[in-house]
Amino acid sequence: MRVTFTVNGRRETADDVWEGESLLYVLRERVGLPGSKNACEQGECGSCTVYLDGTPVCACLVAAGQAEGREVRTVEGLADGDRLDPVQEAFVECGAVQCGFCTPGLVVQAHDLIERVAQPSDAEIREALAGNLCRCTGYEKILDAVRLAAARKAAAS
Amino acid sequence: MTLTGSRGAAPVRAPREIAAPGTGGVGDSPLRPDGTLKVKGEFAYSSDLWIDGMLWGATLRSPHPRAKIVSIDVSEALAHPGVATVLTHEDVPGRRHFGLDHTWDQPVLAFDEVRHQGEPIALVAADHPETARRAMEKIRIEYEVLEPLTDARRAAFDPTYPQVQPRGNLARHQPVRVGDVEAAKARAEVVVSGEYRVGIQDQAFLGPESGLAVPAEDGGVDLYVATQWMHNDLKQIAPCLGLPEEKIRMTLSGVGGAFGGREDLSMQIHAAMLALRTGRPVKIVYNRYESFFGHVHRHPAEMRYEYGATRDGKILYAEVEILLDGGAYTSATMNVVGNAASLGVGPYEIPNIKIDAYGVYTNNPPCGAMRGFGAVQACFAYESMMDKLAAACGLDPVTVRQVNAASQGSELATGQVVWAPLPMAEMLQQARELPMPPPLDPADLRNLPGGASQTTHGEGVRRGVGYGVGLKNICFSEGFDDYSTARVRLEVIGGEATVLVHTAAAEVGQGLVTLEAQIARTELGVDRVVIHPADNQVGDAGSSSASRQSYMTGGAVMTACQAVREGVFALAAARLGRTYDDLSLAGGKVVSESAGVLATIEDVLGDAVVEETREYHHEPTTGMDPVTGRGDSHTQLALCVHRAVVDVDVELGLVKVVELAAVQDVGKILNRLSLEGQIHGGTAQGLGLAVMEEIVVADGKVRNPSFTDYLIPTILDMPPMRLEILENADPRAPYGLRGAGEPPTLSSTPAIVAAIRDATGLALTRVPVRPEHIAGGS
Repeated sequence: MRVTFTVNGRRETADDVWEGESLLYVLRERVGLPGSKNACEQGECGSCTVYLDGTPVCACLVAAGQAEGREVRTVEGLADGDRLDPVQEAFVECGAVQCGFCTPGLVVQAHDLIERVAQPSDAEIREALAGNLCRCTGYEKILDAVRLAAARKAAAS
Repeated sequence: MTLTGSRGAAPVRAPREIAAPGTGGVGDSPLRPDGTLKVKGEFAYSSDLWIDGMLWGATLRSPHPRAKIVSIDVSEALAHPGVATVLTHEDVPGRRHFGLDHTWDQPVLAFDEVRHQGEPIALVAADHPETARRAMEKIRIEYEVLEPLTDARRAAFDPTYPQVQPRGNLARHQPVRVGDVEAAKARAEVVVSGEYRVGIQDQAFLGPESGLAVPAEDGGVDLYVATQWMHNDLKQIAPCLGLPEEKIRMTLSGVGGAFGGREDLSMQIHAAMLALRTGRPVKIVYNRYESFFGHVHRHPAEMRYEYGATRDGKILYAEVEILLDGGAYTSATMNVVGNAASLGVGPYEIPNIKIDAYGVYTNNPPCGAMRGFGAVQACFAYESMMDKLAAACGLDPVTVRQVNAASQGSELATGQVVWAPLPMAEMLQQARELPMPPPLDPADLRNLPGGASQTTHGEGVRRGVGYGVGLKNICFSEGFDDYSTARVRLEVIGGEATVLVHTAAAEVGQGLVTLEAQIARTELGVDRVVIHPADNQVGDAGSSSASRQSYMTGGAVMTACQAVREGVFALAAARLGRTYDDLSLAGGKVVSESAGVLATIEDVLGDAVVEETREYHHEPTTGMDPVTGRGDSHTQLALCVHRAVVDVDVELGLVKVVELAAVQDVGKILNRLSLEGQIHGGTAQGLGLAVMEEIVVADGKVRNPSFTDYLIPTILDMPPMRLEILENADPRAPYGLRGAGEPPTLSSTPAIVAAIRDATGLALTRVPVRPEHIAGGS
């Protein structure tokens, strides 16, 4: 089948998509956007988190056909060219990135959190990121990064 | 540099040189060179590789833990549209076995018999992963299913138990004998004993096994893989492919975590076989289910301990039996047994010791390296014993540890003398004196055990505090010639002195690439550092294991930089027409202590390129005596102390870890940000083993191979951490450093379990502790 949707503001068409393919597979293997990661492919780890019409979803749980005509924003669509989004910048600065495989999903999820809640409490951060597994960091530096990104964003607005 | 042979086409998103941002040297915390790429989703992991015309490889695995293979018929699968080839053991071009250490006992593809669930039997290459999956369903294998051999104790001690594989069932028995245990038993005023078990833990790195094999014009193959030790991979891959090593060009692609799980080969030989047969690039990407079968796990352990002591808590003897189940093939079992034996009683001075550590073969899941490597299992037991001894003597847990603590100059169980600072008693004191976390506000139910599930309003919730100490060997032990290699090149590029650091060392997330740049800046006084992709066009770096890369590859980069520095001094002398004996490089300049700044490095270099390659070896170690275990088997030892505070719902058996505090001696802080990340992450994996993580096995079969059923800590499970980092230098090590990644993984597990015991009064002799162990009162 053919699937047409918007990714990071660009209209993309994928041909010869097998009906069983996920949005994650189409992004990674057909559209050339492998930033969203394939760590569990069953919605447990959050590493494939993308925005679908503005709502964070696990791209592995969305059938490719469900994306037809919709708007997808991936981790590759957060930075403005070389200028990182404050969440991305804070993740690098705070040491929230080690192997980095969970990072794209966490960055999108944290981006969504501070869009919704300007100054989240630690409990709110933990709750919002509870669906994103990280095996390297023990999460302390991730909390630091989200706190810093939220503070910077609040200061800038 | 020259590549041997002729490469195949390069994939899209091939690993490339990365400039290290910032200016920090050793002791600073500059940003990771790969950090920006990772947050943008642009870092090329081994699963992200793509090349025109590539095929997808898939692996058919045994559903049975033990069975005879009567026949394999691939004809129907071969005829499936879209399938390029199907391969079995008959198609292995060279040696049919590989193996991590010297025991090459693992078939590339199973023949005659399968010995564990998930053992690879056949390979498919097809135009789409789904085509490959469907073709695999058409491979007909006739099995004669056999009763799996799953009893590790019988495997060790019952000579009538059938053999799992031709080597017999005992991989290694390593005894340790010190003094006279029987005589000491007569003097003991207090005797405590316990039996402890550790379940199978999985590394659960987030990036499943994956990679790309590209056939090359010279009949060789280019491999883009995620591994911990490229050169050891190569030693196994080449003979199995029947190719000389120089025809296999390996490049490290982005690695999504490792933790020991990438020491053994997974898809490397398989992808290369498919690529060589089809003449097309082949990519293999495991999914999470397959990943649980695609790598070895932490050895499960059964441990029996008996300690005798004086009434005031001084241990007189230790009698220990540690039984480790390695599964069907050897992998790292030999060395895991060695570690369990030499570190079997941990960092305590005990005058009479009898330890017997065994590693056996069974048809249970294969086990090998995981962070902590044999020391984790023993640590849970010996720390549990220390708490038991404390209770029997009426001492508090910290005091009993201090009474028996090793220190600089102490003899460990193997007779090895602790030559470097080991301020364990002081570290325990420091852990004890840290402020306690306040009681959590029960008005916010998220603070309570069970959290958002709202299983309690605070009734039945008890607080507990526990301590754990872990001693881990750093670098490879037991006489292994452990070294790393670095090539460092200094030249002027675009008017700026630029250092290129090239090693084969695997960056697996730990931050080695950051450190390499820091060392280059410190040694060469140049800010601009570029990290070359890790590949096998430079000498062996050894494994990213045993907390060794800061020490070993750090040491290699340091010495190579120092050699380059000498080259710059020689150029300076030629240019200035005189020699100085007090030169250094700093701030981009050649500086004489007596005469001040002489020239910029750019001016001295001109068009010259200074390149040096150096190997760095650590102080040699010796083997362990096969009868007594005596020997200076470790080159460095590192200590971490944990204090855990928990709240336990004793009615439902739910545990909330409230705080974890760690006191660790790292010798020298090279990069605080990375270091803290290692301690946090290591601690989290110890928490996982304490209360969550276990591969559940029944009749040799894994029952929970998914992240739905194998739970690793989330951000809700990990509590805030408090770190106290000490810097008592190890004079033998580069910059005085001590490896840091593993020790916290040892000590956090027993600390948490001790805290749960403190809260509940239960014995709790196995990890992970499950709710039914608490609510059921075991």
